[in-house]
Amino acid sequence: MPIDETLAGYSDLAFESAFAVFVVAFVLLIWQYASAKAGKAHASELVAAGEVGALVPGRVVEAPRKPFAERLGNSAYAVLIVGVALQVLSIVLRGLATHRFPLGNMYEFVTMACTAAMVVGLVLLRGQKYRSMWVFVLAPVLVLMFLAGTVLYADAAPVVPALRSYWLPIHVTIVSIGSGIFLVSGVASLLFLLRLRQPEGSEHGRLGALARRLPSAQSLDRLAYKTTIIGFPLFGAGVILGAIWAEAAWGRFWGWDPKETVSFITWVIYAAYLHARATSGWRDTKAAWINVAGFTAMLFNLFIINIVVSGLHSYAGLN
Amino acid sequence: MTTIEAPPNVPPTPPRRQSLLRRIVAFVRNTWRGLTSMRTALALLFLLALAAIPGALLPQRSLNEQKVEQYVADRPTLGPWMDRLELFDVFSSFWFTAIYALLFVSLVGCILPRCVDHYRALRTPPVPTPRNLARLPHHYRTVVDETPEQAATRVRGDLRGWRAVQRAADPRSPHPDEVTVSAEKGYTRELGNLVFHLALVALLVSIAVGKLFGYEGSVIVIADDGPGFCSTSPAAFDSFRAGNVRDGTGMAPICVRVKDFRADYLDTGQAEMFTSNIAYQAGDDLATNTWRDDTLRVNHPLRVAGDRVYLQGHGYAPTFTVTFPNGETRTETLQWRPEDATTFLSTGAMRFDPPGGMYPDADERRKNQIALEGLFAPTALLHGTLLSSSFPAMTDPAVAIDVYKGDTGLDTGIPQSLFSLNKELVNQGRLVKQARVNLVPGQSATLPDGTQVRFDGAKEFVNLQVSHDPTQGWVLGSALVMMAGLLVSLLIRRRRVWLRAYPVDEGGERRTVVELGGLARTDHAGWGDEFDRLHARLLGGDPADSDGRADSGR
Repeated sequence: MPIDETLAGYSDLAFESAFAVFVVAFVLLIWQYASAKAGKAHASELVAAGEVGALVPGRVVEAPRKPFAERLGNSAYAVLIVGVALQVLSIVLRGLATHRFPLGNMYEFVTMACTAAMVVGLVLLRGQKYRSMWVFVLAPVLVLMFLAGTVLYADAAPVVPALRSYWLPIHVTIVSIGSGIFLVSGVASLLFLLRLRQPEGSEHGRLGALARRLPSAQSLDRLAYKTTIIGFPLFGAGVILGAIWAEAAWGRFWGWDPKETVSFITWVIYAAYLHARATSGWRDTKAAWINVAGFTAMLFNLFIINIVVSGLHSYAGLN
Repeated sequence: MTTIEAPPNVPPTPPRRQSLLRRIVAFVRNTWRGLTSMRTALALLFLLALAAIPGALLPQRSLNEQKVEQYVADRPTLGPWMDRLELFDVFSSFWFTAIYALLFVSLVGCILPRCVDHYRALRTPPVPTPRNLARLPHHYRTVVDETPEQAATRVRGDLRGWRAVQRAADPRSPHPDEVTVSAEKGYTRELGNLVFHLALVALLVSIAVGKLFGYEGSVIVIADDGPGFCSTSPAAFDSFRAGNVRDGTGMAPICVRVKDFRADYLDTGQAEMFTSNIAYQAGDDLATNTWRDDTLRVNHPLRVAGDRVYLQGHGYAPTFTVTFPNGETRTETLQWRPEDATTFLSTGAMRFDPPGGMYPDADERRKNQIALEGLFAPTALLHGTLLSSSFPAMTDPAVAIDVYKGDTGLDTGIPQSLFSLNKELVNQGRLVKQARVNLVPGQSATLPDGTQVRFDGAKEFVNLQVSHDPTQGWVLGSALVMMAGLLVSLLIRRRRVWLRAYPVDEGGERRTVVELGGLARTDHAGWGDEFDRLHARLLGGDPADSDGRADSGR
């Protein structure tokens, strides 16, 4: 079936708009991050000014408003929702333009993983206390989207015969959602490690300024664990479904293809994370480092294995 | 894996040296404890992940033998050493095997005792109520009008889905008239955990058995409804890999004829789909010689008699006719190897024996064989006389060949590539080049001695793979059970609550103090809220009243 160039164009436009919207949200979030402390002081001054004003008869006093930083954070959150909607639109339009499930190359895969990370973020990080984390989640997503839109970009096109299977949407969607969840988890563990060095109330040095507005170490750790126990079974299911597909497509369910090998490594690392959480002496710092290692393996699997190492998964239209 | 909470039961250091037997027993016991500890399991998991890395980054024999040869040849000093360390066969290497064997022992040695423990736990009533409930992470206290007995019975009835036991006062308790309830839920968490690990063992065992008894053979068949092949012997295949207990007999017989092959391409040359119509017989059809039709496609193998037949590749098989000076002809169609996966420019060679009787003796006949070697392009693109291909489909085929006369060396006993002539014979002058020509179908080249070599066109060939793996279903089943166990073990929460009710005298009125204590036995977020809802449901009162300490960070 021919490619619908118009729809493909709109899809690219939606992707670019999503990127632009995320940049706006990013700026708002940085602004919020930088003004969080100042905002608190500002709010107390406002209250004081209100009390003074109340003594003067006949003067209308404004009710104390939410701190400026909080309002900035709220508007950034709203902007993020718009961005995610645009991202979803771009994925849907690409699927309609190519008459296939839009997960046929790395551009589409990375877009899907970023969208998954953002959706997971919007659900799990909607609380006010997580607002300050958004900067750190959005930064890697922006980098990934930039790479997707430039280096990895592939024109809308039909896929090679091996990818023409109903397993494509099942396997790749689950793996990309898993990757998105692991992204949130990895960021949470990194921030947890930073938080441990910079405990609440005694932040110091240049990193201290960064750490001051982070959520508490405990909530970061809990977030990392919560996301991993969602991501781990999802990713495991993705690997198993991939094996079922490989049995139909390549003649064996497991053949130690580079992608399979690194997926195995990633899975083992996350298994080690869950075991470390149940071992005394490993629960905090070491477990967090293992989680970060797992996320690194995930990224390695996505970029190095697909682009540098040749194997059955090196599609992506890059060679 | 086992976490030992109580210190190991080691007797105090004896004054004399222990007997040798006891020391050996102690050594074995300590080694076993060390091996099955969680820490060791963690270390082994890391080692396994680390050890798999070269498998992803270095070329592997099991995937691509030529790449390994090239890699070793490029590193004359380092390469052979890497080979000796089995870095090109990572997943069958001694060190990888050692790691996973140890992990396997650690896993089994840890899971089996845990199964016994869990079985015991299921038969033991929940643990008695601790002395001081206020010291638990979650605690709630209230005063009610019921008697202690009534309060305990009512709460126990409300704890549906919990394993609960009601006990009378402990003789050591400060409240002689107290009634306690111990309740626990979430036993299926440990069950899920055990099921996951046991299914993992089952998965590994089924993979190992499958590898022992399985085989995999691939064969090239020209897609012209020719005789095809039967998978009755390794000799029927071009390449064959089999498990260690296979001796080449007892293979499941499947016969396949390839009727045609079609490749659909986009204008860009990208493939859209490969389809091949085949006829096959297996099982009872072999005796009655019944052929059944099927269509092989990418992602759509033929599943028959427990085995699978895959369409794994395709290419072109040119046809040449040699007309010898006496007028006799010999025609041959042979697969050529695709060199370029996008344009299907292929290389290959062919060898023709002169007809019997043309030469006085076998020796003379052997010295006058005709051989050709060259390129085939499905869609010819000529740069001057240099042939290349511009499109993978056969729209304008052409060949560029060198024609030789002499001894092809096939009866020397030295193996030769199917796709090229032995260069040594050419260098020695035993095979002499007669012509270099570009031909399109129907064109021919005439050699000085009058022999004609005609290019007739090309047929397509398919690369079929027959796979036999008796335990594949078991592997899938184990994997599914594993996932189910994993989900249960991650999502079920293990909780304990205790209730203590004892009478108090409040200004002459007999009332009952009810205390509720909660403990989360797994590090799950949200138990604080759950405990608050629980005491609100059981005892009434404001959910915000309890003092939770563990979840203060929320």
